[in-house]
Order: sequence, then C-alpha cells, then structure tokens
Amino acid sequence: MSNTDFVLAVEDLTVSFDGFKAVDSLTMYIDKNELRVLVGPNGAGKTTVLDLICGKTKSTAGSIKFNNTELTKLSEHEIVRSGVGRKFQNPSIYENLSVYQNLEVSYPKGRGVFGSLTFKRTQEVEDRVRKVAEDIMLTEFLDMESALLSHGQKQWLEIGMLLMQEPELLMLDEPVAGMSAKERDQTAELLNRICQNRSVIVIEHDMEFVKKIAHKVTVLHQGKILAEGPMEKVQADEKVIEVYLGH
Amino acid sequence: MTLWEKMKASPVLGGKEGVISLAVLAAIIFVVLPLGLDIFRLNLIGKYLTYAFVAVGLVMLWGHGGILSLGQGIFFGLGGYAMAMFLKLEASDPLSTKIQSTPGIPDFMDWNQLTALPWFWEPFKSLPFTIFAVLTIPALFAYIIGYAMFKRRVGGVYFSIITQAVALILSILIVGQQGYTGGVNGMTDLRTMLGWDIRSDSAKYILYFVNGLLLFGAIFLSKYIMSSKFGMLLLAMRDKEERVRFSGYDVSNFKIFIFCLAAMMSAVGGAMFTLQVGFMSPSFVGIVPSIEMVIFCAVGGRASLVGAVYGTLLVNYGKTVFSETYPEMWLFLMGGLFIAVVMFFPSGLAGIWDKYATKYGWFKDKAPAKKLEVSTSKVEAQAVLTETSIETSLATDSTGVATKRSPRKKADATSAIEGNKLRGAEA
Repeated sequence: MSNTDFVLAVEDLTVSFDGFKAVDSLTMYIDKNELRVLVGPNGAGKTTVLDLICGKTKSTAGSIKFNNTELTKLSEHEIVRSGVGRKFQNPSIYENLSVYQNLEVSYPKGRGVFGSLTFKRTQEVEDRVRKVAEDIMLTEFLDMESALLSHGQKQWLEIGMLLMQEPELLMLDEPVAGMSAKERDQTAELLNRICQNRSVIVIEHDMEFVKKIAHKVTVLHQGKILAEGPMEKVQADEKVIEVYLGH
Repeated sequence: MTLWEKMKASPVLGGKEGVISLAVLAAIIFVVLPLGLDIFRLNLIGKYLTYAFVAVGLVMLWGHGGILSLGQGIFFGLGGYAMAMFLKLEASDPLSTKIQSTPGIPDFMDWNQLTALPWFWEPFKSLPFTIFAVLTIPALFAYIIGYAMFKRRVGGVYFSIITQAVALILSILIVGQQGYTGGVNGMTDLRTMLGWDIRSDSAKYILYFVNGLLLFGAIFLSKYIMSSKFGMLLLAMRDKEERVRFSGYDVSNFKIFIFCLAAMMSAVGGAMFTLQVGFMSPSFVGIVPSIEMVIFCAVGGRASLVGAVYGTLLVNYGKTVFSETYPEMWLFLMGGLFIAVVMFFPSGLAGIWDKYATKYGWFKDKAPAKKLEVSTSKVEAQAVLTETSIETSLATDSTGVATKRSPRKKADATSAIEGNKLRGAEA
C-alpha cells in the first residue's frame, strides 16, 4: 500500500470469522486532529474495526497504516507504544488501585520488567498525573480506591489512563454509555479538549452526543461503509435513514 | 529522623503496621521459639519455615499476580535435590563406601549397578556450583515453563493444571530413575557440609538461624517488589489483564519474571530443607506437597507475606499434632480446612487480623498502606473513602502517608473547595 499523510490509513481491511466477514474490504482515512465517529446498528463491525487497529483481533487481509507504519504485523504492546490508545466498551480500570495509581501505572515509562522495578515517582510523573486528573475532573478523587467511582467517572478515568500515554490516535468505544445527561455534556467538552493535538475515533450510538463532537461520521453496516461525511450529510442520506436512523 | 521514623515512613515496609508485624514475626522466629523449644522441636519449626519460602513466593505469584501454580513442589524439590547431591557426594567418599563394588559413588548408584559417577553429578562436587545451581536451575526451569505458557497466553485453571502435571511428571521421573536419583527413597544419610557435621545440635541451631535470616531476606525482597511499579502492575494484571496489555506492557514478561522469582525462593527453601532435615525425597516434589503449599499460603492469607509464614507454621503444627494422634484423619482435615478458608475467610488469617485491627483502630495509619494490598470489602473500602475525604476537606496533615504522598495532599487541600462542589453534585 502507498504511503499517505493521514495519521491512520485503513485500506481493504477484511476479517472473517469462519467465513463470516465481520469487516469487509473497509477503507478509511483519519486526518491529523480529526475526531471521527463510527456509528451503525449492532453487529455492523464497529468494535471489530477498533479491535483490528489495536491488534486485539488479527486481520485476514488488508492493511492498517499508522503514520505509515504497518500495524497488522505488530503485537498489541508494540502498537500501543507506537502511539495508539484504546478504551474498551466497559470501563476497564484497576478497581483495587487508587485513582492516582491507575494513572501512574499508565505512565509510559518503566514498561519493561526491570524498568518497572526501578521506576521512581518523580516530580514529572506527579505533575503529569495531576494534569490529567484535572482534565478528567477527578483531581479530588486521586486517593480514592477506583472501585468506588461512579460509572461515568470510571469512563473518565479510563480516558485519563490513555491520556497519560499521550497517544497520537485515541480510540474510544462508547465513552458515554451509562452516563447522566450532565456527564455526557462534560464528556463532550472533554473530548473536544483532548482532540486538539491528536486524532480520535469514537464509537457512539447517541446521535445527540455525536452531533456535539463529530467532525466527520462514518456509518458502518454489515462490515462495510454505508456513508461517510459531515453529520448533516450523513443524516440526510436515504440509505442511512433506512438501516440505522429510521428506527 | 530516627531509625524508627525512617522505617515507619518507608513505603517498602508498609508503614507502622508493616514494621510492627515484621518485628513481631522476627521476635517469634529468632527469640521466642529458640528459647521456648528444645532442639528437636526447633528443628521441626526450621523444617516448616523452609515451606514458608514457597508460601512467600506464592503470595506474590498467586495472591498478587493471580497466577495459581499447583507445581511449586517442582522448584522446592529441584533446590532440595541440588543441595542433596552435593551432600551425598561428600558423604560418599571412597573410605566410607569401601564395601561397595564401586567405592566413591553414592550408595544407591552402587545398588543399581552403576560403575561410574554420571556426568551431571560431577559439578555438584563443588559447593559454589551447588549454590549457583540451587539459585539458577529451578529459575531456568520456571523460565522455560513460563515462557512456553505465558507467551501463548495460557492462564487461569489451564496453567494450574499444567504445573500440576509437570510436578507429577518430575516426581515419576525421579522415582523411575533410581540409579541417578535414589528413587522413591530419595537421597538419605547426608552427614556433612565441607566437613561440618550438619546433624549435630549446634549445626541445627545455626542452620535454623540461617534459614530464618534467608526467609526474612525473601520477605524483604518481596516487599520491595510489591512496593514498586512492578507490584502495582501485578495487581493491575490480576484485575484487568487486557487493560495492562493495551497500556503498552508485554504482560507475559511480567508473569514469567514473577514465576521465576517464586521458583527461586522455593528452591532456596528446598535447599535449606535438605540441610536441616538431612534428606530429600520425591514426596516433596509431587502433587500433594505442591497443593499443601498452596493451602499454607491460603490459610495465612494469600495476599499477606507475613500471613503466609504464620499460615505455614500453623498448618504444619496442626499436621504434626493431628497426624500423631489421628493419622488417617489428617488428609480429610486438611481438605476441610482448605474449603473452609476459601469459603469463609478468603483472605485467610491476615484477613481476620485486618478486620479486627480496622474495627478497633489498632493502627491509625493503616488505610493508605492498605490500598496496595488486595482488594478490601466494600464496607472497609467505604471507611477508607470517608477517611480520605475528611482528610482532604479539612486539609489535615495525614500521618501515615508520610513523605511519598504529602505533596499531593497539600495540592488536594487547595482544590478542596472545588472538589466539594463536585462531590455535592455527585451526591
């Protein structure tokens, strides 16, 4: 595949599970500083696309290039280290560690066995944790055991854990699921803030929320792209209304 | 700062409570037991304490890392056999084996018609090599098993079953290769180490104390590891392995390392066992001893290093007492004990202790240190939470969190007003 100046270039990506093509010749480009939202009915392959990019699932064919580096050949931790962060659908945090420790563990230093044994909590780490905690509105919960956070706060904490790594590409799977209206608004602000220096891919069902954050929307259906473009254009698309928005 | 204050402030030792619990254990092992027991009983305690090495390793591996190995007897045995090979060679000098058809080789080799010392026995004539072997061979073996399994992401119950199978295979191998290993009898009649009679009372006293010191060395090393980022990662991996992997860590390397370290500790225990008890046999390698060691750890509290030592002592004391009076009942009792602990006291003795210590407030600076320990129950956690929020809003100086956390506390205080606003919103 050719090199591009896109942050992420997905070309002809296909994955098939026992003959069922969950993602079928998908081609998609993400720009620098872009916030892209993936929408689509259940089973459209949204989560699978993220799984493929972050290496959780191996592709059957096609290419994923991140800053012109082929990701399909790398292992999960190598993909993360190259600058891709992934938030899972259910908040995935370390419940028996404090909020501070959750963020500290995600700091991208001391990632080897011996590095982690000699890792010191320097002022730099301290500052970074405080900065991120402020971003995700959890400053005063730093010493709290993270199991005690509300569902929405857990979602923010996981986003914070990704921000600790300063990824160039951030992928969020349903970041506002289970959040109150107020928390949704705060999350929308948060996302608009954090996509300043990086590209973000978000999977979301809540169209009101999508309107608030999306630069561009990609609609998936049965592993293929149904429509792509700005929110207004996609919302007016006949096919999209038929398979997704209509009901 | 006085030494006491330094120790209290050390994150490695785990605050005031950590220092006190270590001091109490040290007093029991180094003062109370040696003064209170005759050498026969003390030697027995020394034997139990060699199992504690395995239990301490299991606390890290299982309690913190969530990796249940049912084959720690493999490493205990390998360490024990390495030491036994050295002692056996020393006991088999040509003079004392002159009635054999081939003098100068271990007696069981002669009985099995071996006429020369096998090549892999040769290096065990040297004590430095033997010590080196005790530390490296089991760890290397653990590395191979760990690499093969963790790189393929074999985990959970599959890992447990495979380790158990390896333990069984090794014990069968040892029994089967009688000429090389002494078979089912093991290596017996071990007498001296570099001419020093290990069967004498004075040697037993010295070995007991050496064993105790090594055990404390293992505990301190474990405490250091648990207080590092590695320790945090272990807890994180036990909780959400995927999240750790997708935070840029190669999870398998961390698992391999902790498995090797636990193996190395078990091996030191095995070597000390051979020295203190004077023999080594396959009955310390197979499935039953491996599972027994997990029970020691579970009874003591699988997340508590000190608890594991008490668990080992208590279960073994029980074993000795009961198997003297009701030998056939012991196995049932042991099984019942394990089920009871898992069902009613999942955190073992350490959990019961923690519960009462928290209830009666014996250790004021307990809460912060506790967070590094294994997950607390919701009620306890709620108590921690209330305490933390009071601390933040009143901006009081927290005593136990000491040097490491105090700068954060101050910053918390400044943001407390803003914080209360949010907390109100949340409520």
